[in-house]
Amino acid sequence: MNTGAPNTLNFDVIVVGGGHAGCEAAAAGARIGARTALVTHRADTIGEMSCNPAIGGLGKGHLVREIDALDGLMGQVADQAGIQFRLLNRSKGPAVHGPRTQADRKLYRQGMQRAIRETANLTVIEGGVEDLIVRATAGGSEDGMVEGVILCDGRRLRAGAVVLTTGTFLNGLIHMGETRIPAGRVGEAPALKLSERLYALGLRLGRLKTGTPARLDGKTIDWARLEMQEADADPVPFSFLTERITTPQIACGITQTSEATHAIIRANLSRSPMYSGQIASTGPRYCPSIEDKVVRFADRTSHQVFLEPEGLDDDTIYPNGVSTSLPAEVQEAFLKTMPGLERVVIKRPGYAIEYDYVDPRELTQGLQVKRLPGLFLAGQINGTTGYEEAAAQGIAAGVNAALRAGGSDRVFAVSRTEGYLGVMIDDLITRGVSEPYRMFTSRAEFRLKLRADNADQRLTPLGIALSCVGPHRRAAFEAKERALRDGHTLLNQLSVTPREADRAGLKVNQDGRRRTAFELLAFPGVDLARLAAIWPQLADLAPRVGAQLEVDARYRSYVDRQDEDVAALRRDEKIGIPADFDYGALPSLSGEVRQKLVRHRPETIAQASRIEGMTPAALLVLLAHLKSGAKRRSA
Amino acid sequence: MASASTIYALSSAPGRAGVAVIRVSGPAAPAALAAMVRKPPAHAQAAFRIIRHPDTAAPLDQALVLYFAKPDSETGEDVAEFQVHGGRAVVNAVLDALGSIPNCRMAEPGEFARRAFANGKLDLAEAEGLADLVDAETEAQRIQALAQSSGVLSKLYDGWRTCLLEGMALVEAAIDFSDESDVSDQAMAKARNSVELLAEDLARHLADGRRGEILREGFRVALLGAPNAGKSSLLNALARRDAAIVSEEAGTTRDVIEVRLDLGGYPVIVSDTAGLREASGAIEREGIRRSLAAAESADLVLWLVEPGGQSQPALAESPGESSRVSRETAPLVLTVLTKSDLTKPDPENASVPGLAISTKTGAGLDELIARITGVAADRLATRTGPPLTQTRHRQALEACLAGIRTFMAGDPAEPELRAEDLRRAAHALGRITGRVDVEDVLGEIFGRFCIGK
Repeated sequence: MNTGAPNTLNFDVIVVGGGHAGCEAAAAGARIGARTALVTHRADTIGEMSCNPAIGGLGKGHLVREIDALDGLMGQVADQAGIQFRLLNRSKGPAVHGPRTQADRKLYRQGMQRAIRETANLTVIEGGVEDLIVRATAGGSEDGMVEGVILCDGRRLRAGAVVLTTGTFLNGLIHMGETRIPAGRVGEAPALKLSERLYALGLRLGRLKTGTPARLDGKTIDWARLEMQEADADPVPFSFLTERITTPQIACGITQTSEATHAIIRANLSRSPMYSGQIASTGPRYCPSIEDKVVRFADRTSHQVFLEPEGLDDDTIYPNGVSTSLPAEVQEAFLKTMPGLERVVIKRPGYAIEYDYVDPRELTQGLQVKRLPGLFLAGQINGTTGYEEAAAQGIAAGVNAALRAGGSDRVFAVSRTEGYLGVMIDDLITRGVSEPYRMFTSRAEFRLKLRADNADQRLTPLGIALSCVGPHRRAAFEAKERALRDGHTLLNQLSVTPREADRAGLKVNQDGRRRTAFELLAFPGVDLARLAAIWPQLADLAPRVGAQLEVDARYRSYVDRQDEDVAALRRDEKIGIPADFDYGALPSLSGEVRQKLVRHRPETIAQASRIEGMTPAALLVLLAHLKSGAKRRSA
Repeated sequence: MASASTIYALSSAPGRAGVAVIRVSGPAAPAALAAMVRKPPAHAQAAFRIIRHPDTAAPLDQALVLYFAKPDSETGEDVAEFQVHGGRAVVNAVLDALGSIPNCRMAEPGEFARRAFANGKLDLAEAEGLADLVDAETEAQRIQALAQSSGVLSKLYDGWRTCLLEGMALVEAAIDFSDESDVSDQAMAKARNSVELLAEDLARHLADGRRGEILREGFRVALLGAPNAGKSSLLNALARRDAAIVSEEAGTTRDVIEVRLDLGGYPVIVSDTAGLREASGAIEREGIRRSLAAAESADLVLWLVEPGGQSQPALAESPGESSRVSRETAPLVLTVLTKSDLTKPDPENASVPGLAISTKTGAGLDELIARITGVAADRLATRTGPPLTQTRHRQALEACLAGIRTFMAGDPAEPELRAEDLRRAAHALGRITGRVDVEDVLGEIFGRFCIGK
């Protein structure tokens, strides 16, 4: 290796991109001890929120908790920058609570940049990445092993693993009315050559679309006319380490579109690139442009629009719900039909952006490109949308890149039975995407087990085993674990007869069977406070520990019922399929099934079973051959 | 690799076989055996036992029962096997009984093979061979619903699936998109309305008197009567007709034991029962007891009386002519006066009313066949839409209905638990309609609601 070359720098891990995936990937790699470089066009845009200034939500909030459980950055930064904390689904069960906050864009960026600066082993390098360094064989051709990147200015960075988190920059193209601008974000150049290079390396690329609304000048909005939505009185933080939220909280305004708004949009549909045919790629169904809403839901006479301040000392307002790619003057016209926005001034018009993504079925569960060892992908490049989805993948890719660079054979993979992170990656790599992928709680078949409240119990031990969790969090986690264990023991030791329960006002079957405090806790309307009337010592449980025990008890019967499914899935996840497995040697597979297996090369039986069109018989054959192969090898 | 649940399935082709094999595999297999037979056989032993329903202790059949303890069994788990008489009523009764044992459930396609394989009980070639079977099973499950009844059944199933999907979409929307203005607080209530209708529909179809299964497996006619009443002669006479397919029991006499007839397009199986044929002399009473048990599993009983013979001893309360008994699935009884060539018709002297036939002269046979056809047609005529043609479908629908009923009974303020109830219902329905995927649910949500504030 020409390590001595003057324009060459050496690292263990190189992360390309300073967005949400890139920050988590770089920080995770560095936490594990890999010398990590974060390469970005501009260091001052690290941690930028390109779109909606909010973190969390349903499903997404779960991901933030999981990132935090692995000692990632997003939760703690959001706790510092959050200006309107709201716990979604508060009235429903804790399994579907969704922590969310509006975030001050500047505070978030500053918080993230500080966190990156304070991370040991992490160097930020400004520059554009133009090419990948792929290892050459003796014959001079490339063998697909990725060993570094080449920057626009000719500098070469070498590393054991490279993580690409290019977001919407890969061949990005902005649409605003009839105007088209090649860009990754407004005012920032796209990555064109990198996209060509990935294509030339044989990766399947696709194209997706997303959009963002105009940004408004808050001083020109008539707030007095608007209904306001306040933050929660008792903000629930994201991070397990945050005691309480100290950042001041603000309110959002609510306005709505009307028939007049829709009429303007309809009259100008031919000027929207979505409808003129200028954009052919797919946008998300759950985040439609206002044009889409007006066309697809023609019977609705009004759509709600949230006016979200972008910061405590920032007049910019994000009008959530009117993402658009109509020409700027049409945007202004329809915005002014909405109550409170009659005199609004647009700071920056909305736009749609098309970008390249890599078919995530090209990836292993460690987010490594199967055909390009050493190259890892995370975030929007994998066809996802959302800061939280990106950041969660970032951690996974960063940890795996560091493991590989360190010469380890280990792969950090979260099971579908352990976390939303596992559900997301498994969905991506086994089923691919047809629209930008967003997390929903309904995607998790074990939703009652994968809760925001127990993300630390599910994932922090994994993080500790990987040295991805720092000493501070580790100590806090272990203390909580002890308290929970003690609490469980206590609740299982205390018991009453039905008669005693009845005397305490608890309705149970008079069947003579003693019930433990933990069992009683599962009864509707029974909480620790009520049980403390029988057993005063229960009042001494720490509030967070007590709350956790209540949730555990509440779902136990449902969670227990899924235990067999969990065990079956785990078993299938453990049966690996060698990367070079010869599907041609399985004559009884149908041609169609064989083609799918060859194309996607599943790593485990569990992955194979989730490939579309897979049959129980094909799985049986596959399993049979795997076992006989293993026997032959060991014989 | 022990599995927590115990699975069971009919492992021989249903309907036509003389003997049906029902297998049970898993930790609850010994318990199932103990609950259903007295003195269950030891490991690798077979025994002839009366199978009883675990809750009611009602006798279901007399069958060969086998037991294999793990790991020396076909699947490597504890395995119980019931070799019952092939009739659908018996098979259904035993399957239903197994369903009532805790932790027992119907097997998924290929599940026995998966378990056997996981425990090292199958080699590669065997697995390959089994794969074809599993494939056929899976295909059959998928296609059967679609191909049957020229699409009527598939329309019905699709309708149910759509209805359930709608309910799931509403519940999931109430969870995942509760912050969207387009998702109203009424979503849970609407979901309840939607699946309540589905539950009513399912219940109605489940109460169709097993019409579909009869259509598929055959309308069963049992010949009963005292020894020498002429059962074998009648069966042999029927067997000689063009429409007959005859099955013989290997290793016994050349006596016909079962005749399949195609009467007016309806498959009809007429059978003599082994028990009755053996019955004679001192054990006649036992023979009659058995004949009555056999009669219970038939759709129609022909009670044969020879000249001077007795009327139906235990069925005496039934009128001699064919009549509808109040219970939907109870058999009808038709009295047949045999050997009419030996007596002069003398209405005043006839102690027993009934249809007179002679297998010797062929007198009355055409009318008897017309009567059987009439009863089968009446029983199978369409009243409530397309029939359920498989036990498996029935069990899946019952499980689906159970999930919906839990949903209806639960607290709507806990949508995350109600969603689980519906997922269980969807999993059951998915066994006959194809999997209900989360993408299907999301598609329904995005089509119905304007999501994206």
